[in-house]
Amino acid sequence: MLGDTIAAVATPLGEGGVGIIRLSGSAALEVAERLFKAKYARNWRARRNYRLHYGHIVDPETGSTVDEVLLAVMRAPHSYTREDVVEIHAHGGIVPLRRILELCIAGGARLAEAGEFTKRAFLNGRLDLAQAEAVLDVIRSKTGDGLKLAVDQLGGRLSREIAVFKNELVQMLAEIEASIDFPEEDVPGSTLAEITGRLRQLAEASGELLSGADAGRIYREGLATVIVGKPNVGKSSLLNALLRQNRAIVTEIPGTTRDVIEEIVNIRGIPIRLLDTAGLRETQDTIERIGVERSRQAVALADLVILVLAADSGIQDEDHRVAELVLGKRVLAVVNKMDLAPHDVDEAQVMELTRAEAVVRMAVTEGRGLDALESAIASLVLGGRVTRGDTLLITNERHKEALIRARTHLREAVQTLEQELPLELSAVDIRAALEAFGEITGSTVTEDILDRIFSDFCLGK
Amino acid sequence: MEYNAGTYDVIVIGAGHAGCEAALAAARMGCRTLLLTMSIDHVALMPCNPAVGGPAKGHLVREIDALGGEMGRNTDRAAIQMRMLNTAKGPAVRALRAQTDKVVYQTSMRRVLELQPMLNLKQAMVERLIIDGGRIAGVLTRTGARFTASNVIVTTGTYLKSRIIVGDVNYEGAPHGQFPSVGLAESIRELGFAMGRFKTGTPPRVDARTVDFERMAAQPGDEVHWNFSFVSPTQAREQVPCWLTYTTPVTHEIIRENLHRSPLYSGLIQGTGPRYCPSIEDKVVRFADRDRHQVFVEPEGRETNEMYVQGMSTSLPEDVQLAMLRSIPGLEKTEIVRSGYAIEYDYVVPTQLRPSLETRAVQGLFLAGQINGTSGYEEAAAQGLVAGVNAGCRSRGLEQFLVSRAEGYIGVLIDDLVTKGTPEPYRMFTSRAEYRLLLRMDNADRRLTERAHRLGLVDDERFRRFESKREMITGERARLEKTSVPVHADVQRVLAECGSAELQRPVRLIELLRRPEIRYDNLLFLPGEHPSLPEEVRSEVESEIKYEGYIKKQAAQVERMAKLEAKKLPDDIDYRQVRGLSNEAAQKLEALRPHSVGQASRISGVSPADIAVLLVYLEQQRRRKQGADQGA
Ligand SMILES: Nc1nc2c(ncn2[C@@H]2O[C@H](COP(=O)(O)OP(=O)(O)OP(=O)(O)O)[C@@H](O)[C@H]2O)c(=O)[nH]1
Ligand SMILES: [Mg+2]
Repeated sequence: MLGDTIAAVATPLGEGGVGIIRLSGSAALEVAERLFKAKYARNWRARRNYRLHYGHIVDPETGSTVDEVLLAVMRAPHSYTREDVVEIHAHGGIVPLRRILELCIAGGARLAEAGEFTKRAFLNGRLDLAQAEAVLDVIRSKTGDGLKLAVDQLGGRLSREIAVFKNELVQMLAEIEASIDFPEEDVPGSTLAEITGRLRQLAEASGELLSGADAGRIYREGLATVIVGKPNVGKSSLLNALLRQNRAIVTEIPGTTRDVIEEIVNIRGIPIRLLDTAGLRETQDTIERIGVERSRQAVALADLVILVLAADSGIQDEDHRVAELVLGKRVLAVVNKMDLAPHDVDEAQVMELTRAEAVVRMAVTEGRGLDALESAIASLVLGGRVTRGDTLLITNERHKEALIRARTHLREAVQTLEQELPLELSAVDIRAALEAFGEITGSTVTEDILDRIFSDFCLGK
Repeated sequence: MEYNAGTYDVIVIGAGHAGCEAALAAARMGCRTLLLTMSIDHVALMPCNPAVGGPAKGHLVREIDALGGEMGRNTDRAAIQMRMLNTAKGPAVRALRAQTDKVVYQTSMRRVLELQPMLNLKQAMVERLIIDGGRIAGVLTRTGARFTASNVIVTTGTYLKSRIIVGDVNYEGAPHGQFPSVGLAESIRELGFAMGRFKTGTPPRVDARTVDFERMAAQPGDEVHWNFSFVSPTQAREQVPCWLTYTTPVTHEIIRENLHRSPLYSGLIQGTGPRYCPSIEDKVVRFADRDRHQVFVEPEGRETNEMYVQGMSTSLPEDVQLAMLRSIPGLEKTEIVRSGYAIEYDYVVPTQLRPSLETRAVQGLFLAGQINGTSGYEEAAAQGLVAGVNAGCRSRGLEQFLVSRAEGYIGVLIDDLVTKGTPEPYRMFTSRAEYRLLLRMDNADRRLTERAHRLGLVDDERFRRFESKREMITGERARLEKTSVPVHADVQRVLAECGSAELQRPVRLIELLRRPEIRYDNLLFLPGEHPSLPEEVRSEVESEIKYEGYIKKQAAQVERMAKLEAKKLPDDIDYRQVRGLSNEAAQKLEALRPHSVGQASRISGVSPADIAVLLVYLEQQRRRKQGADQGA
């Protein structure tokens, strides 16, 4: 839609350094005002254009400080989009940056679509015709990251949870709408108290889903990442490389690691609980057998698995057994020891074997490929494709935004019912909640409701 | 032998609910208009239930009236009972429904047509449409009359290749013993329109002398005398009740035993029927656990014994119809006057239409009503009005007249049809309107009458009345905003009677009205002076204040969407050449050719990214054109 206020992180996500959140639209200043407490210029809104204001972002609900920031204000039409633009320059790295974005959304902004700032700049006459093609490229290039795709990548788990919500809401609306559109037929309806109770539960449940969505959690607990592979492929070497210290013993003897080694490491701002395991193989050695068993347990609890292969040995039977063990997990495949076999195992074969999200080629002892591996881990987490433990981890901003809105609508519906306002008013909120859930998984609200009405109730003359 | 029978600005084929509104609208806009019907005696026929209105449908009637249409006034003339439904709910879904005298409805509509200047009503069977170079040029009747016109509106309802089915008997036929329109159906098919087949049905009618009303519950009309039309005189009408009874387990047993004789289950009926209007056999099969279903017995008029048995729509054989009716309390000895039947008919897939209801394939050819896959008198009339106005606009060289989804149910109806099509006969529900709180019966005139006046659909006298009503509303609102209510024993007493909390400090009237338990009329009992305002003014003031928060929310949504609705998509865009559109979107847009970006955004398969691409494309085109103009 045109004209509403959009927000997004304007700088590439990286560790440390400055990150910028950009707001654009008629309510940009209002949204910022809700979060920003200036240190000096209390009336910063009234100040001249293009000024930087120093202060803090404060969560309006809890009153706690999120980050220390600089705020830049560019009023329409003297901005990139020719709308009111506010930029928040934050320092605290990725966690506070995402939190600020969430607060902007809770404050009334909408998460920008791919290329939307540029699109607005063009539509408002800021860019010339020659640049239009570039605008189209941005819009098009990112659509692969659409909501639904991301949901599919979550293995359908989020869709299943959302489906439960949607089903309840459709049912509720079917009852309400049937009673409105067929006032003279006996529609079996729930009482107001029942509807209110159900809505309250749903609002709470979506809150729980959101708390799983809280990126902070992953940052507190770390993402359980397990390194597996047959013996001697370089797992312990990899752990040491990621830690940048010699934590695990490395030898050329297969079966060196006998127990699970656990360490916390920070990768691009994301805390990772890294577990090195005993090489997986059939063995008679009792101690090693126990070690292998522990490796299996570690895999079972893993959020992410790094499956290590060795380029010099190629894919062997033992690799197949390892791959079987990690079936159903999110996997990153590492082909190590590239220095020994420059013409290495075929990528398609690795993919087929491991069903990995990505394949990274490395020579750990030479420090090659470490960067690529770290990037791959970070983008999996930030793309919302990895979940933490039992609760659904929703790291995708767009999903989170939709959930926040859904919860707001549910709460409003409850309030309206409590004030004993007529049902068709709360129906507006319930429908809006349904639409917000539908943005995550896709749906056709009106048709869904009508379908339910006619399949469940015997109506009509 | 063909002969030249005359030239008109607008020709309307079919004088059902769509055709009457279409012809009247065109004539009222000053177009020379011809209305052709197969039978003058069947003008504005109500072949199904003897009722007009109800939720969403009643809203449509009010909108038709606000646009100067006839259905509201005619229903007021023919009404023998009126009830306001959903009174326990909020004002947006409150809806008026009338029981009508079918004969009075027909005769009074015919009279209106006859008295309308610029309108000729003729009986003729149209055999063929005359097309000339992709434009409509006129029509040819079975008796050889060639009427010329550059605007033709086809409103032939269920008459296209219709087939009537009762049990194992089926024949080519139309409602009430009329003839199907076969030549015209062929003519439309030859033009290359995609067509589908729908089915609908109607219940048997019984003789009032054979009904034992003692065994049924009376359903009287309201004591308040309602009107659909904003201009009908307030009149006390003598009202006739409807009667409520229920099917019994015996009824269901009879139906189950005879299912094999039902054309629905034998496969004789192939058209898709409406889910909201199931036959009784359907209800019994699909909801087998229900031990009874409601049956309303409704009078078909004041001067007839015929009664409509609502809830018993069926295409079972006649003997079964009689047996099942006689298993219902109060109908034990009943005699059938006419039996129920199913009817199958052709319709034109409505996504081939523009929002003006003009076909994209043939310029000047409009389709309205059941031919577009809808059901219901009200839905038909609404489309007829829109087609008539647009034919008039086209004839007079004016811009097309569109009602948006935010302006009326009429807009929702037409946008749904032309953007999404319909998998079953389309009926309006309030749940189809995303801005339902804005589309109330009480404010239909405020939404539409000004536009109607500009087109000449509403005369000056009516417009003045509308303006004075509008002023009363603003005035009353202002009064409620500034009048303060003191903390006084009389005030507390009134509040207590409404179950409302005592005042702690003086408040303005408007704040009291915002309390959920307080209605506008309660305020009149407070001490002090109160203006005496007409019901419709009070109701509107109340709606707007009570639901202000929600109304504002919806209005804000409308405003955002309005920007997309205002971006027009030219007719000649080659969507396959628009860089960046997904394949699916390009295909859909190519096929549907939406008139605005707003409409495009509602097409399934067109994503927000596609809409962004379209916006950029339009801006590119605009600047290129500007550049070219400046260069020249
Ligand atoms: N040439 C080469 N050697 C490597 C590379 N990575 C690891 N190695 C060597 O491979 C041997 C085994 O390394 P580890 O890290 O102990 O292997 P592991 O997978 O932990 O072995 P287990 O604990 O026994 O299962 C050591 O001698 C490493 O120095 C590499 O990239 N290139
Ligand atoms: Mg090891």
